[in-house]
Order: sequence, then structure tokens, then C-alpha cells
Amino acid sequence: MSATLEEILAQALQELAAVNDLNQLDKVRVHYLGKKGLFTLQMKELGSLDPEQRRSVGQIINQAKDQFQQQLEACKEQLENAALIARLASERIDVTLPGRGQSIAGLHPVTTTLRRISRIFASVGFKVVEGPEIEDDYHNFEALNIPSSHPARAMHDTFYFDAHTVLRTHTSPVQIRVMESEKPPLKVIAPGRVYRCDSDITHTPMFHQVEGFLVDTDVSFADLKGVVYEFLRAFFEKDIQVRFRPSYFPFTEPSAEVDIECVMCNGEGCRVCSHTGWLEVMGCGMIHPEVFKAVNIDCEQYSGFAFGMGVERLAMLRYGINDLRLFFENDLKFLEQFS
Amino acid sequence: MHISEAWLRSYVNPAISTEELVEQLTMAGLEVDSVEPAAAKFSGVVVGEVMAMQQHPDADRLRICQVAVGEAEPLQIVCGASNVRIGLKIPAALIGAVLPADFKIKKSKLRGVESFGMLCSEKELGLAADANGLMELASNAPVGVDIREYLSLDDSIIEVDLTPNRADCLSVEGLAREVAVLNQMNWSATSVENTEISHQEALTVSVEASEACPRYLGRLIKGVNAKALTPLWMQERLRRSGLRSLGPLVDATNYVLLELGQPLHVFDAEKLSGGITVRWAKADEDLALLNGQTIKLDDQALVIADDKQALALAGIMGGNNSAVNNETQAVFLECAFFSPQSIAGEARRFGLHTDSSHRFERGVDATLQTRAIERATQLILDISGGNAGVITEVTAESVLPQRQSVFLRRQRIEKMLGIALADEQIADIFKRLGMAVETQVDGWQITPPGFRFDITIEADLIEEVARIYGYNKLPNSSLLMRSKLIPATEAVLEIDRIKDLLVDRGYQEAITYSFVDEDIQFIIAPDIKVIHLKNPISSELSVMRTTLWCGLLKAALYNTNRQQNRVRLFETGLRFIKNDGQVHQQKMLAGLALGGAYNEQWDISARKVDFFDIKSDVQAIIALSGHEVQFLPAQQSALHPGQTAEILASNGEKIGWLGMLHPNIEKQLGFDTQVFLFEVDQNLIFNKRIPLFKSLSKYPSVRRDLALIVKEDIAVIEIINCIKGSADSVLKDVIVFDIYRGKGIDEDSKSVALGLIMQDDAQTLTDSEIDVIVSKTLDILIDKIHAKLRD
Repeated sequence: MSATLEEILAQALQELAAVNDLNQLDKVRVHYLGKKGLFTLQMKELGSLDPEQRRSVGQIINQAKDQFQQQLEACKEQLENAALIARLASERIDVTLPGRGQSIAGLHPVTTTLRRISRIFASVGFKVVEGPEIEDDYHNFEALNIPSSHPARAMHDTFYFDAHTVLRTHTSPVQIRVMESEKPPLKVIAPGRVYRCDSDITHTPMFHQVEGFLVDTDVSFADLKGVVYEFLRAFFEKDIQVRFRPSYFPFTEPSAEVDIECVMCNGEGCRVCSHTGWLEVMGCGMIHPEVFKAVNIDCEQYSGFAFGMGVERLAMLRYGINDLRLFFENDLKFLEQFS
Repeated sequence: MHISEAWLRSYVNPAISTEELVEQLTMAGLEVDSVEPAAAKFSGVVVGEVMAMQQHPDADRLRICQVAVGEAEPLQIVCGASNVRIGLKIPAALIGAVLPADFKIKKSKLRGVESFGMLCSEKELGLAADANGLMELASNAPVGVDIREYLSLDDSIIEVDLTPNRADCLSVEGLAREVAVLNQMNWSATSVENTEISHQEALTVSVEASEACPRYLGRLIKGVNAKALTPLWMQERLRRSGLRSLGPLVDATNYVLLELGQPLHVFDAEKLSGGITVRWAKADEDLALLNGQTIKLDDQALVIADDKQALALAGIMGGNNSAVNNETQAVFLECAFFSPQSIAGEARRFGLHTDSSHRFERGVDATLQTRAIERATQLILDISGGNAGVITEVTAESVLPQRQSVFLRRQRIEKMLGIALADEQIADIFKRLGMAVETQVDGWQITPPGFRFDITIEADLIEEVARIYGYNKLPNSSLLMRSKLIPATEAVLEIDRIKDLLVDRGYQEAITYSFVDEDIQFIIAPDIKVIHLKNPISSELSVMRTTLWCGLLKAALYNTNRQQNRVRLFETGLRFIKNDGQVHQQKMLAGLALGGAYNEQWDISARKVDFFDIKSDVQAIIALSGHEVQFLPAQQSALHPGQTAEILASNGEKIGWLGMLHPNIEKQLGFDTQVFLFEVDQNLIFNKRIPLFKSLSKYPSVRRDLALIVKEDIAVIEIINCIKGSADSVLKDVIVFDIYRGKGIDEDSKSVALGLIMQDDAQTLTDSEIDVIVSKTLDILIDKIHAKLRD
């Protein structure tokens, strides 16, 4: 009897030693420890023995079984380790290969610039408003104090559809449209496309402007200077020099051109600033009483300022772009630089 | 306007450098565009006089001259110019002189004869682009004096870019006045004396259009020598203002235009018949202009005429038939005030722009004419001789511009500028600007002078104060204005969000012109009426786009022609449609994709973009808005008839299009690959649905799959609509998870595998309940679209 048990144990351990993987291991386990396993059968046979024998034989069987089980566990752990190592090795990848899927593109630099401008003004409560691009003569000129005979019309190379319909030459008509429909106080910026019948190295027949205006009681030229100055510093993220020069626009009085210290040469003088150290970046002024009259706002009670800037110009200065025409060729090699 | 700095400083000469003067002008609103030296760099050139001359023995065209240059002995200089003669004074370059372009003068031998210098032309001194012989100096030129000193060549030409309101500065005197104000200096205008009248002959002048010409002065000057040489000083001042010398008579009028800002005109009196009339032109009247152009006039054009014909386009340009030339012996000198309204736009209408029209349309001082005609007479008599007749003047006082006084309130200055200034300072500024100032208790009553057309309201006066005080010295205030909170409009989907989505899905934003090539526009949308520009910049940019596809296709071609084989672009902007005479400007969003579905990469098999790739992009945009839309098969002339979907809102509104560019158009435009396009109306997708919470079902959802066989022409959307239309409220969703054609399915049919997701909010659905729903649905499908259940 006990010889048989020894044989079983020897056989079991031998089989265990030959096991190569977890599958085989499990077969061996079932063969010896399963419901009909050899050790299990040995235990079942104990029932036929008398109680004294049962106890001592039982102990022997249990010892053999334990010994087998320990070996089995050790073997299992070893196999599991080996399996893990094999898996890790087989799952090794080249992490330097590119990721897969859709690539990301980018916004047009004009849009990026417009967004930055809008964000700066929105942060102090300016509302963004848009207007039509095919505009009537009244909103584009007349209401802005530019009657048909005015020499300033020559400054606007206008695209016409008929005698009274034009492509807007500036975003200023939005000023009129807002003041016609809303009451002060007003704080508005109006970005958009504008058109001039002019095309050469430094002019494209379409470009973008941002018009801004503020109407309230007690708005002074000092407020205009303050807002423009703060905006330019916020836009260029730099404490740049700004100067205001008297100028002329029919729809503002007093009017000013705003120059900033050349951002290319820091005011030293270079090709971009024609060696003056200054760059013209926007026009502005106090809203003309005639404009207020056209929209029925009492210029004794209210005053306001307006400013207008070229978006491409600001984008060129910000990103160092040296050719205006690149903006509308839509060459991916150009556009992708601003992703 | 170009002006000589030395000329300006002859009126007022502040102790500041050229740079400081230029800065001062710019900062006073008279923007200086450029400063150039009046003459190129050269040295060692003096006034010389030809004392003796003999023919070169070995060269027909050369002369051997003895030239006095202010030294003990004259120099021997060999010269080839045809106008060299004894007694002539000329610029003589001495040995060691350096002419422009670093040309050094050395002792030399010409055909064996020694030459100790060079006699110079204007071209050789860099004073003109061309020259016809030696530069001839005045007979009283002081021999031996450096030519730079004699001609004041150490001067700068200042180019001032004047805004249209500052016509008063379109003259040397006007600028001098400003410089004097800015430097708080005194200045005086050129003094003009009345010419002695030496004959009584005059032409009759009648002005029929007195509103357009409130003042007209004319005078006959007889016995002039049109061949006289314009003095060098005048030629130089004209040259530095960018005007060529055109003979003494025209030069004199041009000089007065620059000096005083008053345009004048000289007619050859012998070419006139009868008197002078200022009138509106007759329809179809012809006028041959000085520039060689012949224009057809109409009754909007103001002309100066004699009894026979129109002579000149008033205030703009003279005519050829009455022009002076070097044979002229008598002139009729005109000096008028034409109202800005009558000249404005007229020159442009005829494609002209002259120094005269530039000034008249901006405003010439209406009090200046007598002084100007006397000044011009004086100059003509000085240079060309002759006898001046009486001045004939026709003035309609009632239509002459009157300067209205404007009241400036003291408190208004502080309110508008944010600074209080001393009363004396303000009064001083206006007085120096030539205005009449009357001080009152609460402000000043100010009357602008005749030369200021731009002072009509209080704001104009405030600007003058700010300008002279200095914009940069005015305070800056920080933005202390009242702020209002702006509502965060949730019901509007922001375009920025959509742009970001497209960028993240690999579309590059483009911006293309709103006007496009009419041919391309016609190819893309032949049935839509376009809006034409009246004055397009070119035929390629002549009509307003009716779809953003025109620009995107062109941009895509630009890139495919540059070795880009994968292009994904989008654009936002207006399209322009004319309907029933009304122009509609609709905000659109459009996209284009061609080439690989993905950038070439190592682990995705290369595949071209297809309809469903861009459909997924469009669906993503619409998902942002929360709208339910349908993509229905439809026809669109630009798109492939079998790959076109019209996008409809749940209320049937047409949102846009999606599809493959029609192969014919693809070929016509020059693409060598399929192109996919979409375009949607922004307004119809941007009205966002604000989410409304619905309580969640606590009960499990169940899925049942159906494989249906339907005819090929049944669109999947029809099956889904049929199921959704028939089903119980427990049907939550229908998923399409397979389309199969081939073995086991008839040739004209397809198998569509659907997953039905069902869930009840109040209970767990039992198998039998689900069976009932599914079989009911199936019955309807069989009935309505003849579907069969696949075995």
C-alpha cells in the first residue's frame, strides 16, 4: 500500500518536472489532485481501513500530497514568471514610431490675430459686432461725414456695384449701424473684411480691419489715448513706445494716427520702418459731431472715440511676415507655420 | 508735396536741425514722408567763365577753352559741348573734384591737348536725369564761388504728405506759417507790389457759373519774351518741388502755385478769339488738353471758353489750342477762385490729377487772387519783360466762401482733452494760426482765416489746440469707463468652436477673396445669378462669390500644383446672392478635402478620403449645435450625382450640401484626384439647442439585431425613418452596423444589419414584450419598403 503511494508520489514529481507550460501543469494537477485524482482516490480508499490504521495511513498520504502540492505551486510560479517575461518581450514596440490617426491643422494667422484683438477688448466689456460687406453709400460714406464730393473719397479706392452700392472700404459703417439701433453707453469692436480697389506689393484688394468705438458721457481724448496705449501693449506683450500724431479722418475730430516703436528694430531704424524707428498701426479720434448727428445721438450729452486698425499689418509685425500677398494665396507651406 | 527746406527757412528759420524740423511737422499732423538731399554728393566744382576758346586741332567737336575760375590764371579745359561759347558762365570741375557716383577729375590729355578740369552739365552734377549741353549759369554768377554754395545745393527736399483738410499747407508760405506757430516765431509773407499798368487793353470776362467760380481775375501782358531763360534760382526751387522748367511763362505761374498755393494759368492771347467766359460745358463739346488727351465734355464740366470754343477745364488743366510756347508774345494771365464743390471729383472723372485740381478741390484761399496775380505778373515782367494791362475782375461776393466764427467753450476743452490749459496759451495758439480771437467770459469767439477751410465746428478748434499743444503731451487715462457684464449667450454656437473643431480634424483654415473669377463661378454654380463689380481689379476677381467653393477650389489647386497631394481646407465668410433685386449676404462655412484620408503613415493603409470621411466631419459640426439633421440624396450641379447629400434641418430648412466634386468639373479645373466639398449656412446651424435635462432610466437597455434585405435603391435613412416612425417610445436608438452585398443576396439588393436599442423608463422589458415590438416593426418594414428578413 505505502509502496504504491511512494510510487504515485515519485511518478507525480517526475511528471511535474517534465511540465513546460501552465496547461500541462493543470493536467498534472487534475491527474493527481482532481476529483478522480490519484491522491484523491488514495484518500477515498482510507474508508475501508479500520480507524487506527486510517489515521496513520491518512497522515502518510497527506504528507505525500503536501509534498506534491508544494512542488506544484513552485512549478506554477516559475511558469507564470516565465510566461510574463515572454509576454513582455513579445509585446515590446518601437515607441519612437509616430502615433497614428488624423493630424491637426491650424487657423489662418489673420483669424489668430483677430481672436487676440477681440479677446483683449472683450476682457474690458467690448462687444463684438459684424456688419454687411456689400454696403450702401450712406453707411460707408455719407453718415461718416464723407459726402460724395469729399476729397477723402479719393483715399478710398472704392469697388462699386452701382452708384449707391459699394463693397465696404472700412469697418466704420458698423459704427453707424450700431449707433442707429442701440443707445449709449456703447463699447463695440467690429472685425471684418474690407475692400479697396488697389493691388500691388503692399496692397491687396481685400484685407481685414477691426473697428472699435466707445460712446458714453465724459469720454475724452485722454481715454482714447489710454485705451489705445494699453491695447498695443497687450497685443505686443511688451512695454512699447507709442506716439499720437495729428491726422485727418472725416468721421473723427480731433483725429490721430498712432505709431509704435518699430518692433523689428526696437526703434533703431530699419527697412521695415523706413529708418524712422516708427510704424503706423492705427487711426483714431473722437467721434465727429456730424456722425453723432447722423445717428441722433446728442453730442452735448455723449462723447466717444473710435479707432481702426489693419489686421494683416498687425499680424505681419507680430509674426515677422514680410509679404502681404501671402495671406491670400493660402499656400499650405505658409499656413502650416501658424498651426 | 515736395518743398525745399532752404526755401521754407527763408521765411522762418528756427534754430533746429532738419531732423528736428521734420519731426515737428510730422507731430503737428503734417506728415513728412521723406527727406532727400537736394543734390547728389559732389565737390570741387566752382562757377567758371569761358574767357577764350579755340578749335581743337585734331577733333572737330572739341574746343580748347580758357576758363576763369577765380584764380590768378585761367585754366585750360577741353570741352565737347555744343553750347560752349565765350562769356558763358558754367560749373567748372577743378582737378581733384569728385562728381556724383565717385567720378574723380584728374589732369588729362584729350587728343594730345592737356585739360585741367571739366565743364559740367546738369546731368553730370546729378541735378537732372538728362541734359542738352553745359549747364548755363546767370551772367552775374560770381566766378570762383563753389557751385554748391551758389545754387544753395546743401539743401534738403522735404516731402510732406498732407491730409485733405490741410490745403492751407499746400504752399511754402502755408508751411512757414505752421513752422512759425510751432516754434512761436514771427514770419512775414512775400511782399507783393502792384504792377505799373502800361496799357489799357483788356479782354471781357463774363462768368456764367458764379457759384462755381465766385472770383475771376485776368490781365493781358503784351510783348513778353517767351524765349527768356528762367533764372536758375527759380528753376532750382521748381526742381526741388518736383516741377520741370517749361519756359519762363509757365514757370512763373508754377512758382506762385508753390509759393502762395494759388494755381494760375497763362493763355496765349493771340490764340484767343473774343472775350473770356466761365461756363458749364455743352454736351459733347470736345477739348484737347495740354497733356495730349482729348476729352468729351458734358454739362457737369466747368470750362474757360472764348467766343469760339472751350479753352481749358477750369481749375484742372489748360487746353492745347491756347497754350503758350516759345513763340508767344502776349499772354492772358488767369487767377481765379473755383469752389471746392465744383472741382471735387471732376479731375478724377476725366482720369486727371493736377497740382491745380489738387489745390482747388481741397480749397484755395478766396482772398488770395489779387496778391497772386500781381506776384505772377511781377515775376513774368522780371524774367520775360512785357507790359502789363489792367486787371479785369469778376467777383460775386454773395457766393464767395464766408468764414463763420465758431465759439469755443472753455469747459469743453477739458472735457474733450482731459486737461485744462491756460487762457492765454489758448488765445495765443489761435492768433498765431491766423485766426481772429475775441475773448469772452466762458470761452472764445474765433473766426478762421480764408485759407482754413477745415474750421467749422467747436471740435475743429479743440483739435487745433491739441495739435499745437502736442498730442503726446496730452494725458492718457486708464480705462475707467463703466463696464457692463455681457450675457454669455449659450444659444449661439460660436464660430470659434467650430473652427477649432475643424482644425483638430485636420482642416487648415484658408481666407480667399470674396470676389472670384466669373468663369470658375459659372462652372461651379451655373444657375445662380451673380453680382458683378462695376470696377473689378481684374477679370479673375470680377464677381461676388455665391459659394465659398470657388475660392477653396482655387486654393486647393494652388497647393496641388505645388506638390501637395493631400489638402484639407475650410473657410468661413459671406456669400452673395441676388434674389428679386435684393442682395443677400449669407454667412457660410465650407470645407474641401482631397488626397489621403490620413497623412501618409506607417500603420494605416493608404486610402483616399471619401464621402463618409467628410460626412463625419460635417456631423461633428452639427453635433456641436445639438440639431437633428438629415442627409438626403439630392442633385447639385457642382457635385457627383451619385455622391451628393443635401443637409436638411428637422423643420425642412436647407442647411447645406455635401458631396464629391463632379468629375467633369474636376477635370475642367485641372484636378487629378477626387475632391470632396461641403458648405453649410452658419445661421442655420449656430442656433444651439440649450440642453434640457431628462431623468435617467433605472432599467436595463436591450439590443436586438435585425439583418434586412432591401432593394439597392432604398436608402438606409428610409429604413431608419420607417423604424423610428413606427416604433414604440421604448425604441431609443437604431445603429447601422453592417452593409453587405454579394453571395446569398440578389444582385439588385443589399443586406442592412441594424441594432435596435430599447429601454423603458418605468420597468424592465421582458423578452415577450420585446418580441412584440420587433415583430411589429418588421411587419411595417415588409409592408412599406418590401424588406425581407435575412436568414
